Parts: sequence; C-alpha cells; structure tokens
Amino acid sequence: MKSDSYNIRQVTAKEFSCRSAVLLNMKPLPDSHSPSNILFNMTVALMLFIGVFTGLFFGAAPALADVQTKIYYLEQQVDRAPSRSSLIQWPDDDGLMGAKLGIEDNATTGKFLKHTYSLEQHVVDNEQELLAQARRVLGQGSVLLILNAPAESVVAVAQLTESEDDLIFNAYSMRNSLRDEQCYPNVLHSMPSRNMLADALMQFFVKRDWQDLFLIEGNRANDQRYAESLRRSAKKFGLKLVKEKQWLVDADIRRNASLEVPAFTRARSYDVVVVADEDQDFGHYLLYNTWLARPVAGSAGLQPVVWSRVLEQWGALQLQSRFYKLAQRDMTGVDYANWAAVRSIGEAVTRLNSSEPAKIADYLLGDQFELAGFKGHSLTYRNWNGQLRQPVPLVHAYAVTANAPLEGFLHHSTELDTLGVDKQQSQCDKFE
Amino acid sequence: MVKRNFKPAAVLPFKALLNCALTLGALAVCVNAQAHLIYVSNEKDDTISIIDTSNNEVINTIEVGERPRGITFSKDFKTLFICASDSDAVQVFDVATSKVLHDLPSGEDPEQFVLHPDNKRLYIANEDDAVATVVDIESRKVVAQIDVGVEPEGMAVSHDGKFVIVTSETSNMAHWVDTTTNEIFANTLVDQRPRDAEFSLDDTELWVSAEIGGTVAVIDVATQVIKQTLSFEIKGISSDRVQPVGMELTADGKLAFIALGPANHVAVVDRSTMEVIDYILVGKRVWHLALTPEQDKLYTTNGVSGDVTVIDVASLRPEKSIKVGRYPWGAAVLPDEFKP
Repeated sequence: MKSDSYNIRQVTAKEFSCRSAVLLNMKPLPDSHSPSNILFNMTVALMLFIGVFTGLFFGAAPALADVQTKIYYLEQQVDRAPSRSSLIQWPDDDGLMGAKLGIEDNATTGKFLKHTYSLEQHVVDNEQELLAQARRVLGQGSVLLILNAPAESVVAVAQLTESEDDLIFNAYSMRNSLRDEQCYPNVLHSMPSRNMLADALMQFFVKRDWQDLFLIEGNRANDQRYAESLRRSAKKFGLKLVKEKQWLVDADIRRNASLEVPAFTRARSYDVVVVADEDQDFGHYLLYNTWLARPVAGSAGLQPVVWSRVLEQWGALQLQSRFYKLAQRDMTGVDYANWAAVRSIGEAVTRLNSSEPAKIADYLLGDQFELAGFKGHSLTYRNWNGQLRQPVPLVHAYAVTANAPLEGFLHHSTELDTLGVDKQQSQCDKFE
Repeated sequence: MVKRNFKPAAVLPFKALLNCALTLGALAVCVNAQAHLIYVSNEKDDTISIIDTSNNEVINTIEVGERPRGITFSKDFKTLFICASDSDAVQVFDVATSKVLHDLPSGEDPEQFVLHPDNKRLYIANEDDAVATVVDIESRKVVAQIDVGVEPEGMAVSHDGKFVIVTSETSNMAHWVDTTTNEIFANTLVDQRPRDAEFSLDDTELWVSAEIGGTVAVIDVATQVIKQTLSFEIKGISSDRVQPVGMELTADGKLAFIALGPANHVAVVDRSTMEVIDYILVGKRVWHLALTPEQDKLYTTNGVSGDVTVIDVASLRPEKSIKVGRYPWGAAVLPDEFKP
C-alpha cells in the first residue's frame, strides 16, 4: 500500500535545487500550466544547465543536494554497583538505542531532502580501548562524534583533538567541571550537569517552602559529586542543610530498613530528606522509614531527571512509543541525551544543507538553532560552555510532580538558565 | 482540528431573522437564537462533550473510543468522525442516535484528519508511524498510505480539494500532497514542531503554526514558499510559553485567531496589516478553536484547565468558561439547521 514512487519524483524535481539554498519548495504545482509556471520551468532548466556546465568545467562538484552525515558513537561501558533491589537494572544498550532513534528520526526527515544519516558504533569496556578507537576515528578528520563515557575519558578524548573541524557531544557525563573549568570549545553537552538537576530540585523546595534539608550522601565518588551539587544549589536558593550524613557502609538495609533508617535519620526537625545515591543502592529504602514523617527526594522519591517513562505531556508520549517500538524497553535519560545529540546534528544538517562539523557547531551555538525536545521548551545550546539548555522534570515512579524551571524563577534571557551555572559565574573561557 | 463546511455567513440571515421574529424578545436573544452544537473531544476522559451555543451549557456527554482527539463532521453533518488514538481507529459516530456505528481502518495512532470536499476520502495523520492514511469512507478501505515526516500531526485540505497538507512535528515540514495522485510534490520547512495548518478561503495562503518555534508561517500556495512569519509577544509571559497551535481564519478574510497553548491566550491577527491586534485571555493550555457558522463566537478548548472559553468575535472579549471533560482537545460545530 505504501507509495514509494514520490521519492524518485522528488529527487528529479530537486536535482537542480542544490545550488541555491531556497529550493526546498520550488516545485511547480502538479497540474498547472500557467505562464508563470512556464517561466519557472525555464528558469529551472537554465539553472540545471548552469549546474551541469559548471560541474563539467570545474569538476569536483559534489553530488547535487546529496548530503551524507556519518555520526560516530563511542561508548565506554561503566561498571555499576550491584543493586540491592533486583528490580533495578541498567540496560546494556543504554544510550545506543537513543542514538539509533535519533538516526531514524533524522533519516525520515532527510528522505525529503536527499539527506542520509548513518551511525558507526563502538562499545568498549575501558578507557584505553576508548582512546584507541577515538584516535582512529578522529584521524579521519572532520568528525561528528558522540561520546558515552565517564568525565575523565571525555577529557582524554577532547585532548586528542583541538581541531575545530571535529565536533564532539558528551551524551553521558553529568560532571560539572566539563561545563566549567574543564570545558573544550568543540565539546557540546546534551546531558545536563548535576548542578542543573540539583537546581531543579531546589526550585521545587523553594516553591513548597521546604527550607530545612537533611542530606544523606552515598559512598561512591558520583554520590559525593551529586551531594556537592545539592549543597551548592541549596546555598544558591537560600535553603538550609540542617543535617548531613554519610550513608552506612555495612547497613543490612534490605532486611532491616525499618530498624536502621529511623535511627539513622533521627534529628529534631527537617522538611525533606535529600539523598545522593546515583546507583540506586539504598535511597529507595529511606521512603516511609525516616524518623520524621517527611518526603524523600534526590536519587529516590522525588527525582530530578533528564527523562523518564512517566513523561507524557508536550508530545513526549510519541517519543516514548517510538522508542519502545525500537528498543522494547523504556527510554532512559542517557538514551534521551543521545537522541538529542543526534537530533541536534540532524536539525543543523536540515537547515544548513551541509554536514560539515564546523558549520554544524556554529549553527548549534548560534541564534537560529532550536530543537523541539518534548519537554515543553525549545532546546538551545549555551554559547559560553556548550551545554544544551533543557527543562528538568521532577518525577516519581508513576507521575510527573513538576517541570523545572518552575514558574516564578525568572531570568533576563531565558528561564532555562535558572538551572545550572550561569554565564556570569562560568569559568569556561574557551568559547568564542 | 476543526474543519468546517458551513455555508458562508450570508446564507444564514433568513433563518436567524425567522428566529428573531419568533422570539419577539430583546435583541440579545436574537443573537443567541441559533442553537448550534459544539462537539468537544476530551482526550483523557474518552468522551465527547456537547455544548449548546444558545445557553453555552454542556447538554450531553458521550462515551467514545480511547483518547479521542481530532473530530470532524461529514459534509451532510449526519456523521461525526472521531480519531480514537489509543483504540487505533477512526470511529464513525451517528449524530442522530449518538451511537458509534463502526470503525474505519485508520492505521496506527490516528491523531488528526481532514475530510476531502468530495465527502469520500478521509486523510488521516498516523502519528507513530510517519505515514498519512487515505481511507474511503464508503467502502471503508484504505486507498493509499503516504510516507511523511516524523510525527505527522496537522492536516488541511484546500477548499478546491486539490491539495492536502500534512505537517510533521519532528521533521518540521509541511508536506504538500497532490490529491489526484496521493503523492507528495513539495515540502516546506517551517519552524519547530508544526501543529496546525489552515488554508485561506481563496486557497492562496496556507497558514502553519509552529508550537516550539513560537511562530506561524504564512505560505504562498502557488510557490509553496513562506512569504511571512508571524511571531507573538505577550507582556509578562515568557516567550518560551508562547506556543502557537490551533488556528481559525474568519470567512470574511479579515481576522485570524491563533491559540497560543500554555501562554493561555488567543492571538488575533488583522489580515489586512498582518499585525497582531489583540491577545485574549482564555483557559490553561489552549489547543484548538472553532468558529460558529455566523462567525460571531469563537470556542477554544483549554487542555489543562479542562474547559472551553467562549469569545465574542465583535468585541474580542472572553464571555464564558464552560467546564467540559479532562483535556479537551478538538472542537467541531454542528450548525442548528443540521441538528437531527
């Protein structure tokens, strides 16, 4: 039933159109023979002639309107701590499936423009292998590269190329320093920073007037980084950390949460317990077991997230079901960041009619770019540190509680910049 | 999306006059004498609310398929077509008996559609599948499927029936379909997330709203090239919240109404100057719009607040909010004279 024939017609109709940028629409009406159309057709013939002519004489003319975009996907798999709950599992193809959906979306759009997209993927399990692959890939020059790797590896890869002809997307690491003192001018971040997530949560606390926080910090390095962001953010929004505690290393919490947690969370008063436990080791066991009857937020309970299966508004349901069809599982935040990176590239290629990384980078950091990202705001890149601006939903297991930036948090340029480090405080000086 | 097939306003006065004569009442009664019905699809309630325009009250609520969104009447107003998105069907609803007669094959996740002026072909956007499905409503068969961009949404048909437009939300294009061949012959790139498309009555202009781009592209039909892009600015509302969705162009060619989503306003454009002349405050997250046959009242579906706002077109003032179901989405008008 599907008609494929128009694709071919499309191609012939657009052959001539590559040389000027406007052409997308310039096809005469199908059944029209008006004088203006005859004139139009003559113009077209002339353009075509000139196109062929210059092609013959100057050679090397690229295939007309043909744009091929190759995107490299490099992933260094990360060891997750074994979780206490058997329900918590990290998919093996986390990230990759998001990138693949992005390619599909780009390709569907591209077929109307003679633009094609491909993904070359390499998944490795340590930094040495990642660097070896990155060297090989970057050696080809003018590369579009999506990285899914810890912050140390992102820095190592970025140091391999200072070339502005390569464009790298960090679609995995939330490390604040990558957007700040360790920024690189050709590295964009489609993944939000921990600071952005923490700010989203604190805005909600301000809104609810939950002023006194009890912070519980996990024992892994990333937990400490998240806790650091939460502290910074609490200060930024004028909230008070009335108590801070490091989680017990030897707690037998799966069996004994009801005994351990009340004692652990004993304090005179707090409005909310905030937990930094990125690998989901113990946070979920805090709920309903705290000394005072208070909500839990952070890595458990109310969570600021990049993406979640509970998002439905702003067309999110469509992205969710497209993703599910492809991956047979729910979309994660890492998938979303990868999808957003690939879609950013696609959007630039669509508008530029070019897949040159340097041009794409200029476009993405310029005023013209915006991406519809199913979060209720258009997404743009901060041109001072390469971070993709985006709302941060606050969710729990089955529903969305709020979508940050929350109403009332104002900013002179865009409310999205109330999340994360703002331009004035940024220590990234490598852009522009 | 709301697709009307009213007779131009000029044909109506006789009946209006008759009603006024009969009422012998105040002029105000005359104005509201016509009791049209507005059908409103409630996306999260799986129902349709029916509003009587003579008193602006909900007179009936009917259960339909899952997640009803786009709704449109047949040209004779005997049937209502309902996109029941989660039932993966277009339901054919008998207006006289208020019963669902049967389903049409629709492809997956139908969201919006338009009925061709021939009253035979229904063009349906299948949001999850990047296709538009053409269904013959008599034989109940799929006539064609047309590959379009990612997340087809807005649908429009020119009044002369020559072209159907499909907008794809993630590809950011308006695809131009030649209805004689059911093939795409042109694509116009617009701003982010195009939601709704409307032809001017003379078919010289196509208006396409871009929700995330915050703009409306006015496209020249002859060349398929954007000739003007409208943008909106409401004092005290962040530009991020200005998200154009549903549109209505008045039949006299003078005004355009554009629903601005979470900005909770409807923009009014003077088409002679192409300037925005007013912003009308309505309910929360305004989606789609429907004009009465006399073009004197505009009804807006407000998704988040779950109500419908009635706007007086002459004064450009909101007159009333009518509580309907959860997440009202589409609206379609059943003119008084076609009521069963």
